[in-house]
Amino acid sequence: MNETSEVVLLKGNEAIAKAAYRYGYDGYFGYPITPQSEVLETLALDKPWETTGMVVLQAESEVASINMVYGGGASGKCVLTSSSSPGVALMQEGISYMAGAEIPGLIVNVGRGGPGLGTIQPGQADYHQAVYGGGNGDYHCIVLAPYSVQEMADHVGLAKELMFKWRNPVIILSDGVIGQMMEKVVLPPFHPRRTDEEVRQQCPWAANGRGKEGRRPNILTSLDLDPTRMETHNRHLSEKYKQMEQAEVRYEEYHTDDAEYIIVAYGCSARISMKAIDLLRHEGIKAGLLRPITLWPFPEQRLAELAEQCKAMLTVEASEGQMVRDVRYAVARRCPVAFYGRSGGMLPSPDEVYESLKGMLS
Amino acid sequence: MTNEIIISGFGGQGVLSLGKILAYAGIMEGKEVSWMPAYGPEQRGGTANVTVIISDQPISSPIVNRYDTAIVLNQPSLDKFEPLVKPEGTLIYDTYGILTPPSRTDIRRLHIDAMQAAADMQNAKVFNMLVLGGLLHACPIVSIDNVVRALRKVLPERHHHLIPVNEAAIRRGMELIQPLS
Amino acid sequence: MNNLVSPTYQVAGKPRLLNDNTMHYCPGCSHGVVHKLIAEIIEEMGVEDRTIGVNPVGCAVFACNYIDIDWVEAAHGRAPACASALNRMWPDHLVFTYQGDGDLACIGTGETIQALNRGENIAMIFINNAIYGMTGGQMAPTTLLGMKTATCPYGRQADLHGFPLHITDIAATLEGTCYVSRQAVDTVAHIRSAKRALRTAFENALNRRGASFVEIVSTCPSGWKMSPVKANQWMQENMFPYYPLGDLKNDK
Repeated sequence: MNETSEVVLLKGNEAIAKAAYRYGYDGYFGYPITPQSEVLETLALDKPWETTGMVVLQAESEVASINMVYGGGASGKCVLTSSSSPGVALMQEGISYMAGAEIPGLIVNVGRGGPGLGTIQPGQADYHQAVYGGGNGDYHCIVLAPYSVQEMADHVGLAKELMFKWRNPVIILSDGVIGQMMEKVVLPPFHPRRTDEEVRQQCPWAANGRGKEGRRPNILTSLDLDPTRMETHNRHLSEKYKQMEQAEVRYEEYHTDDAEYIIVAYGCSARISMKAIDLLRHEGIKAGLLRPITLWPFPEQRLAELAEQCKAMLTVEASEGQMVRDVRYAVARRCPVAFYGRSGGMLPSPDEVYESLKGMLS
Repeated sequence: MTNEIIISGFGGQGVLSLGKILAYAGIMEGKEVSWMPAYGPEQRGGTANVTVIISDQPISSPIVNRYDTAIVLNQPSLDKFEPLVKPEGTLIYDTYGILTPPSRTDIRRLHIDAMQAAADMQNAKVFNMLVLGGLLHACPIVSIDNVVRALRKVLPERHHHLIPVNEAAIRRGMELIQPLS
Repeated sequence: MNNLVSPTYQVAGKPRLLNDNTMHYCPGCSHGVVHKLIAEIIEEMGVEDRTIGVNPVGCAVFACNYIDIDWVEAAHGRAPACASALNRMWPDHLVFTYQGDGDLACIGTGETIQALNRGENIAMIFINNAIYGMTGGQMAPTTLLGMKTATCPYGRQADLHGFPLHITDIAATLEGTCYVSRQAVDTVAHIRSAKRALRTAFENALNRRGASFVEIVSTCPSGWKMSPVKANQWMQENMFPYYPLGDLKNDK
């Protein structure tokens, strides 16, 4: 087994799969759907169960997949699933249960255009679903938005750390561009999977048998019919989310130092916008990019700061406009915030973003 | 130096793997690369295209509006991508099945009878390697040594005995490509 | 409540794993007896250190409050998926699901059949009382023809509601199952038989012999609007002919 890092040319979906067993995940449960099927296909081909011992199972549906993740995570193991937009829609109940019962796990969404069956072409129209919770109740998932194949791999590692740190589900919200494109990627070295004993020590809350020491039973549930206790639990979750908002905001900036116009975009739209910014800079227009890496928690504070410095902002998304609401909320009228988006599987092109920003010049 | 390349044809012509070998060869040259397929329902005979970018700089968008180089392997691809080649850019096409050759005069136009050559070699599978050879002759983006190294990476070990055949096809393609007269 | 019987006069104990929490089940309900059997068997097998139960949505949503083992409370119908992952993560553990008819044979039919067909090394316990108890007595997939419920107040009609689902018979046809049995807990003899069946299922799971499935034809006096005695009698007269007791499959 290769113990070291390795530079390879991979699709984003393949990087997710290879990163999962290299980072020492214990299980993957998934169901085929375009444009993310290469995740399960790569795992099936690489057979990590013969090397790291990672379990790989093709489930009967996305509903089953997420409930397998729920079970695996409830036992303290590090597990993930992946799907694309309509499949992730089916998982929302399970994600809400995981958040409620504080069960760790990773859900990868390689997004496509919607609504409904929509299209298999790339899309970013699941921002609301991921950030505001497609399931019921007061809850949040940490939402990571990779913009490169390298980040697809890296975020699998980051998600492992975050899901156990906070006992909370983590979503990687990607898209068909990042999932299907190939780039150079440095795969992480092999991290050994935790032993059962380590799992028991590190997750004393998990349901994996009372053990020889016969500890008190662990019950993982999101149910409490007593409203006062249920509210107390919700307050505990809210307090946790506040701490996450303090600790886990991540973003990256591109040419923002002197920027008069700032584009806000994530995932594939960030890549496309960077090309537009290069074109604009070439003409002496001071444009820059703020790229949220965490969509929840959202880099509100940094956006407010940048809004003081720039003339206007432009939010670019492969949707009819979802993240733009959060940008406007953070900016709070400090500067105008425009929106450019394409949807239904169409993508904003570098030229369109360029034209859209040029149209804002006063 | 950045080369934004579109390779387009029918599903089954080896368009995607041609792009992949090119991208891998780019890595061997120490360059930045991206490979972005237009994907659809898996279908033989459907259209297939891939955008490959090879650059000395980090690559921003894997999706571009205009191309430095277009390799078009059927009439619909030619019709679609000829207008999107940058002025001074390069367009390479296979003559087989082309009824309306490219007409722009502000770009370099080259053709290669790769379909015919593959038939002559009695090996339809080397079609895309003939085209790759043509490309490398017209635009030496990567060295042939690095293409061979890329083949070692891309092909599973059980197919490594086919590398010499592929290399021969690449060299044949380099001879076959011709400017549109 | 816990001190009703002075230890001096106590002639029979309850299993240690069955804790002192007051059960929420209605008088005459079969759940309590089955809970006791499960606790007894796990105790007798000495595997409480490595047992994980998966409880459903339905009346048994609180099963986790009564048997002192680790539990994961699954979403409605999804216990088999949850248990599949648990056993694959902890292959030497005893993993079982405990589900009602609505959970196992209606909303979760897909997960049930797929987990059984994969031959997951788990035991599935199916409480079939032909009605939705927790939500107030609505029609279940196993409600008998002519039987009245809150959502078929004039009786179940095949043309309107379809037929009762023989999920246990389906389970027996699947290659992934090694043991499929239908039991009841209305008499001492039946309770003994049910215990043997449950033990077989648990042993199969631990020995990784494939999926085991035990149906317990059960009463719901509240949902059926009958006294406990009448409910037992009604079950014997109406349920048993339709859901006959016995082993449907036992691969040795």
